[in-house]
Amino acid sequence: MSTLGWTPSERELERARVRRSIKRRGVLIASAATIAVLGLLVVGLVASPGWDRFRETFLSWPDAKESFPDIARGFWLNVKMFLVAEPLILLLGGAVAIVRSTISPLLTPLRLLAVLYTDFFRGVPTILVVFLFAFGVPALRLQGVPTDLAVLGTAALVLSYGAYVAEVIRAGIESVHPSQVASAEALGLSRGQAMRFVVLPQGVRRVVPPLMNDFVSLQKDTALVGAVGVFESLFAAQDYGNFNFNYTPYLVTAAFFVALTIPLARFTDWMGRRMMERERGS
Amino acid sequence: MSALLEVSGVRKCYGDKVVLDDVSLTVEPHDVICLIGSSGSGKSTLLRCLNLLEDIDDGVIRFEGAEISDPRVDARDVRKRIGMVFQAYNLFPHLTVLDNCTLAPRRVHGVRRAEAEDRARSLLERFGLADQAAKHPDKLSGGQQQRAALVRAMCTHPTLLLLDEITAALDPELVGEVLEIVRAEAERGMTMVLATHEMAFARDVATQVCFLDQGRILEQGPPAEIFSNPREERTRQFLRRVL
Repeated sequence: MSTLGWTPSERELERARVRRSIKRRGVLIASAATIAVLGLLVVGLVASPGWDRFRETFLSWPDAKESFPDIARGFWLNVKMFLVAEPLILLLGGAVAIVRSTISPLLTPLRLLAVLYTDFFRGVPTILVVFLFAFGVPALRLQGVPTDLAVLGTAALVLSYGAYVAEVIRAGIESVHPSQVASAEALGLSRGQAMRFVVLPQGVRRVVPPLMNDFVSLQKDTALVGAVGVFESLFAAQDYGNFNFNYTPYLVTAAFFVALTIPLARFTDWMGRRMMERERGS
Repeated sequence: MSALLEVSGVRKCYGDKVVLDDVSLTVEPHDVICLIGSSGSGKSTLLRCLNLLEDIDDGVIRFEGAEISDPRVDARDVRKRIGMVFQAYNLFPHLTVLDNCTLAPRRVHGVRRAEAEDRARSLLERFGLADQAAKHPDKLSGGQQQRAALVRAMCTHPTLLLLDEITAALDPELVGEVLEIVRAEAERGMTMVLATHEMAFARDVATQVCFLDQGRILEQGPPAEIFSNPREERTRQFLRRVL
């Protein structure tokens, strides 16, 4: 059957007109509401009593231009830390989550260790972990352990975020219905194979949005490493600001981070939508 | 007096695929209309169009005297008066059976809790589920779940009940207990449109049987006529396969 030989009735044509006008009204309301809200925000900001001072210290174009190269260089370090940390966190978090989902009695000490690890690193503030690593590890004077602060800071981020990510992945693993494991085992797959080929792919897929949430958060938290004197973008901005009594570089830094996280967020949305379309029945 | 539901010339497409083609149907109060036909013939889509879960692409649906296929009609207002039961029960797993049944009366119809629970309990009792009220749906058997879903649909006093292959997911031995109460409700005068594969049931209970084929109502009439003396060759073929 095809659409051939069908002409819409008068009623349907009129209905289509009504649908269009309802839709037009929706677009109109959305635009008006958006403009009104944005307008109010801008007016509220500009009308605030300290606006002139604020503009001088936070919105100075020359200072933005002058601090830009240093911040860009610093930001490249943020990006590097993030790029190195992210895969390591996924591996660590995945491993811990899988260990916590095992049932073999032999692995009990490992499971215990995994529980202790997540409890500890989720409980301690990330910036404290950064301090402990940056100052504590060199103090141990261990042979062959790097003393570069950026490396130690990144290690601290990996351990801290690994704990969060482990819990997210574990939630995903546990959300897969037991009947999936049963049918995998009925096909003769081992527990490990069932985990790897059936449970993990489904579980991880379901937790992609919260995982991405953690990674966006990680991108921002690379700035914490600045607290121990690593010349990343926030530290560069602080350095410039303290020297020139101008805070515009902070906004420049913020712009850098936003420019990095927004595309990632859109990418996540797109990926989630594509996955849903592929797997959902019509 | 006008009909309870009048469907005329309804057309529905998904992309290029025409799922319903010039479907017309009249439902009088206390009618039991059985839609039969092979999978993909459009039975479920027709039911979903009737309570506005799907927008139609042409034609008119009138319910209780007013056109409901107008885009300006509030779909929720229509659905308040039409009950629907699905093949996969679709009970809410996080609520007890009783809470499943009182959710819509309390939140949509503004009925007080005690009153809604009274109504739900009396229906649950009538359907043999009095002792299941406090349990969660997944603790029940399939037949019990589907009966609970029927209670849920009827708790809001709908004037029309749509049943979408409600026994298709059940074990054969559980089909009977569900059909038995559908039959009882039909005898009490409930108006129903139901898609079904249970030919014996359709023959017994229906006031009208519609045979759908490739999105069209090919043949329509009282069950005695359709089952013993079908006019169309396609209907005859279908009945030979399922009877």
